[in-house]
Amino acid sequence: MAKRTVIPFGPQHPVLPEPVHLDLVVEDETVVEAIPSIGFIHRGLEKLVEKRDYSQMVYVIERICGICSFGHGWGAAAAVEGAMGVKIPERAEYLRTILHELSRLHSHLLWLGLLADAFGFESLFNHCWRVRETVLDILEKTTGGRVIFSICKVGGLNKDIDNETLKEIVETLEGIKEEIKELTDVFIEDDSVKNRMVGVGVLSKEDAEELCAVGPVARGSGVVQDMRLTNNHGVYGELDFEPVIETAGDCYARCKVRIGEVFQSIELIAKAVAKIPEGPVSVPVKGNVEGEYMLRLEQPRGEAFYYAKGANSKFLQRMRVRTPTNMNIPALVKTLQGCDLADVPILILTIDPCISCTER
Amino acid sequence: MSERVDVVQNFEAVEVSQLLTEVKDLKAEGYRFAQACATVVDDKIEIIYSFDKAHQLKNLRITVAQGEEVESITGDYWPAFIYENEMHDLFGVQFNHSALDYQGNFFKVAEPTPWNPKK
Repeated sequence: MAKRTVIPFGPQHPVLPEPVHLDLVVEDETVVEAIPSIGFIHRGLEKLVEKRDYSQMVYVIERICGICSFGHGWGAAAAVEGAMGVKIPERAEYLRTILHELSRLHSHLLWLGLLADAFGFESLFNHCWRVRETVLDILEKTTGGRVIFSICKVGGLNKDIDNETLKEIVETLEGIKEEIKELTDVFIEDDSVKNRMVGVGVLSKEDAEELCAVGPVARGSGVVQDMRLTNNHGVYGELDFEPVIETAGDCYARCKVRIGEVFQSIELIAKAVAKIPEGPVSVPVKGNVEGEYMLRLEQPRGEAFYYAKGANSKFLQRMRVRTPTNMNIPALVKTLQGCDLADVPILILTIDPCISCTER
Repeated sequence: MSERVDVVQNFEAVEVSQLLTEVKDLKAEGYRFAQACATVVDDKIEIIYSFDKAHQLKNLRITVAQGEEVESITGDYWPAFIYENEMHDLFGVQFNHSALDYQGNFFKVAEPTPWNPKK
């Protein structure tokens, strides 16, 4: 038996985008065990329910993450709306769906760039992020922010996006589609890229289910799980939404799921813009929160929970957010077992970890 | 064509002593563990365990008195270790027979824990 060595990996490491720590137990160059540690930057944002009322908490929760911030704001607002029995206007549901898919688009393009960076393909990394800028420009033009948007509120949205601008968004996305295809073809067809991903970090469907994986990690292993199939938020039921599923369960499959979702998001936005009704984008909301509501959104990284509980006060008793990375850490630990040490960064990247979300 | 799901809000109250039995039943029925969270309600702690099957949620709610210990569900759902360690560190809930107990070192926060909204 080869001698075992423990290699501390993170929380600060050149190939780690976020502060997570892994004790990698290796025999020669093979990882036999990985012990995760998180909690280095836990911010206690949920505890702010004691000092911020339910309207303000939407903006606090949005600040959990700089990538999927819109979804967090939406989830928090919708959970409070659910607890209060507030029905928002249909146009607001359409706009929330459009903004959420724009967030998924830029999140996946960011991830593709990080993946390229992890296997040393610097030019591919730069091109992915260059194209992503177009999406950020759309978000800036429509919401005023590139990272934090503060457009979502309890009762709908703070402002409308006019139909002319929505059409321009569709045209702009159609315009970059070919460019995105050129980039994603490299991920799918380039031999050197495939060498790093095909057959690496395989998570079987059984393991994905047993380890309760979510998002593209689960869907890359053939699990049909996508919260956009639930009917209590957004307008996905009007857009013929079907989840993107791959079955190989390796890094390549997880990458293909996200690439499929990039193009799917562009299509969903076009369909939503074609169907969006006229009307207001918010309703007035008054009173206290009494009752509870649990909502799940499909964030770019997977299923996210938003639980609001009130006790007849402006201050919530609890605002709970469970982010997707929390749920994918066990799957990461499993896939690391038996992998080559050199593949560890790619493997970590393919669960698309967001420790900022995890350390809410 | 994937089936769309009308989500039902359900929260089923369960005795602390019955938690493991209920969890084992859900596991046998093919439910996926989805999350657990603690809420301080008066002088007690309410814990909600959420399980998913075909996009429909089932939530079990237990109410734990101060100092009362709860059996870990990590024997049936190993990924629950993340949530149990979190609830231990931030809310002071004690779990027995955890498959992966960080002994209070899961979160490295500057503020003293457990956090109690009344403090």
